[in-house]
Amino acid sequence: MTHPLASLRKSLACADPATASETIALGAPGLDRRLGGGILRAALHEAYAGSAADAPAATGFALALARRAMAGAEKPLLWARQEALTAESGAPYPPGLPDIGLDPATVAFIRVRDAKEALQAGAEAGRCATVGATLIELFGDARAYDLTASRRLALAAAAAGAPIFVTRVAASPAPSAAASRWLVRTHPSRPRAANAPGSAAFAIFLLRRRGGAAGQEWHEWRVEWNRDRGAFEDRTFDAPSLSRPVAPFPVGGAPGEGAPQTAGRKFG
Amino acid sequence: MTLADARARAPHLAVAQADAEADERLMLRLAAFCEQFTPLVALDPPCGLMLDATGCAHLFGGDAAMRTYVLQAMARLSFTGRAAVAATPDAARALARFGETAVAPPNEDEIFTRPLSIAALEAPRETSVALTRAGLATLGDLADRSSAALTARFGSETMRRLTRILGREDARITPLRPLPDCMVERRFAEPFLDLSAIENVLRPLIAEAMGILEKRGEGGRAFEARFFRTDSAVRALYFETGAPSRNVEALLRLFRLKADSLADPLDPGYGFDVIRFCVLRAESLAQSQIGFERQDAQDSDVADLVDRLAARFGRDRVLRFAAHETHDPMRAASYVHAASPSSSSGSWPKPEPGEPPLRPLFLFDPPQPIETVAETPDGPPMHFQWRRVRHLIARAEGPERIAPEWWRNTVGRERRTRDYYRLEDRDGHRFWVFREGLYESETAAPRWFLHGLFA
Repeated sequence: MTHPLASLRKSLACADPATASETIALGAPGLDRRLGGGILRAALHEAYAGSAADAPAATGFALALARRAMAGAEKPLLWARQEALTAESGAPYPPGLPDIGLDPATVAFIRVRDAKEALQAGAEAGRCATVGATLIELFGDARAYDLTASRRLALAAAAAGAPIFVTRVAASPAPSAAASRWLVRTHPSRPRAANAPGSAAFAIFLLRRRGGAAGQEWHEWRVEWNRDRGAFEDRTFDAPSLSRPVAPFPVGGAPGEGAPQTAGRKFG
Repeated sequence: MTLADARARAPHLAVAQADAEADERLMLRLAAFCEQFTPLVALDPPCGLMLDATGCAHLFGGDAAMRTYVLQAMARLSFTGRAAVAATPDAARALARFGETAVAPPNEDEIFTRPLSIAALEAPRETSVALTRAGLATLGDLADRSSAALTARFGSETMRRLTRILGREDARITPLRPLPDCMVERRFAEPFLDLSAIENVLRPLIAEAMGILEKRGEGGRAFEARFFRTDSAVRALYFETGAPSRNVEALLRLFRLKADSLADPLDPGYGFDVIRFCVLRAESLAQSQIGFERQDAQDSDVADLVDRLAARFGRDRVLRFAAHETHDPMRAASYVHAASPSSSSGSWPKPEPGEPPLRPLFLFDPPQPIETVAETPDGPPMHFQWRRVRHLIARAEGPERIAPEWWRNTVGRERRTRDYYRLEDRDGHRFWVFREGLYESETAAPRWFLHGLFA
């Protein structure tokens, strides 16, 4: 018979996500060190687009994380996208996926009408252990995505042992069960020859990290996605590409910035 | 007789407008109801139903018993009907409408239809009148004459009807719905009311159907559960799988998803008389030992997930990407049903190491018009306006010239060459824009469009 304390310790170890599952390293050593090795694998992660125009950046960031999570494994990616986003930032263009390092043939794509359906699809995928990662894209103030729904997704991710990423456009960050929450904006790329645009670059702002020690949040990094290495590269201190000041906490402005663009499209 | 005359004679006459459409709807509903007796039911206009009892009658204890059973079921719905059983549809129709015979024994159609009056031919009025004047009262009288003479006098259509009614020519009915590949059902002595127990009924039904399929070496692709309510309402739930399947639990899960997603939930009302499970389409599926090979198990797990999602969201919403061998960016990729067989005709681009992304992550269809200011007519824009926002361009690369595919029969604008540029504005947003038409040779004022967004 096992000692009661030993079994208690064991059950506690299972309950503590940091020890129960491995992490997804972003690939940039400095950044991963600050994150304590990376973001949790079997967990829910959120990426908020800084403004509606940053929607592709948020998706790109989440897809790059999914690529890191699935590295090497021949597992499918499930991608559920709310239809309203098509008018906002277009439809996914499969030939662009290899530039993230993903094989379009391994993607199952679901067009969903509203946030409720998107979450159902995500929860369904979470129960399937062979899905490598799930990406759910929501638009606007998705009321269906509340604390309970996010908790459900987090549990599904934990059960399946694969991450679920939720990107949100034109929404302000709200409490949820996410293990990490990022604010993502595009960032000027490092120019190539003849001033050509370079690799995808993001300004990522860690809004929240579950289990992070106090004072570890509120970091902004500027990262570049290196498709050939399949890793992020830290460009925070590359001064020349810095063409705008590091923004102060920009959360309040997010929905406000989204709104006039929507209106502009309606009348434009 | 006019309506006024009729009312004068019977003052309490109830009058209603004839509504042919409503009649047809009612007949279709009754036909669906009658599918619980036999899967082969056809409309017999204007107000009849034709049931093919082949292979079904013995389930009710013979032709006569089946006829009584159907008439009783109709009576419960407050319909009075006339019914007759015969070897051919036309004989049955004539007997039901013009005869007194309930059941004509096999191969004896002619004996029972000969005494029928010539009205049973349902010929045009002048034909009936002419036949009566010729002293021909019954079908038998007509059948004894030389058919050549009758055809010459009354036309081939009348004679064809005669031979059919006499059972000399066999015609099959065209059922409203094709016969399913496999069908199992449960009949209840008392109407089935408890929705919570419905899976307890369906599970053995599905298992039985799968057992039949397994013996045939087949798996089902399309399924239907039919619920026949006591009050003649019939509900059908249709679902399909991406690959042939015999997995009872997976099918039950699909049924559950489908039932959950119904806008109008399954309602037993006064109860279900019959619950039927049909395999509408079956395909060959080798008998297999499940879970032997890991890769197979993984594939079937994903196929299972796709089926569940398709059952919940609809088949056209669960998609896969297919590549096509073309340099036209709009045609290079398409969305296909996730469950459909591979339809890629090309391969996905393989980026060169060190090369920046050349294709956007998102594409607009149709491309979004933008207003640009460029230094030279054939150079990249310095800034452009899209959705009322001005983007100042910091980096640009291009053009990548993509000519239209001349072998396609395109018209007008689509015939123009497109010069694609990769642009980045000062905030770091990356765009894929194109100028439509070559300056001077194709158009004097080329228009600009935003086609895609990079991450």
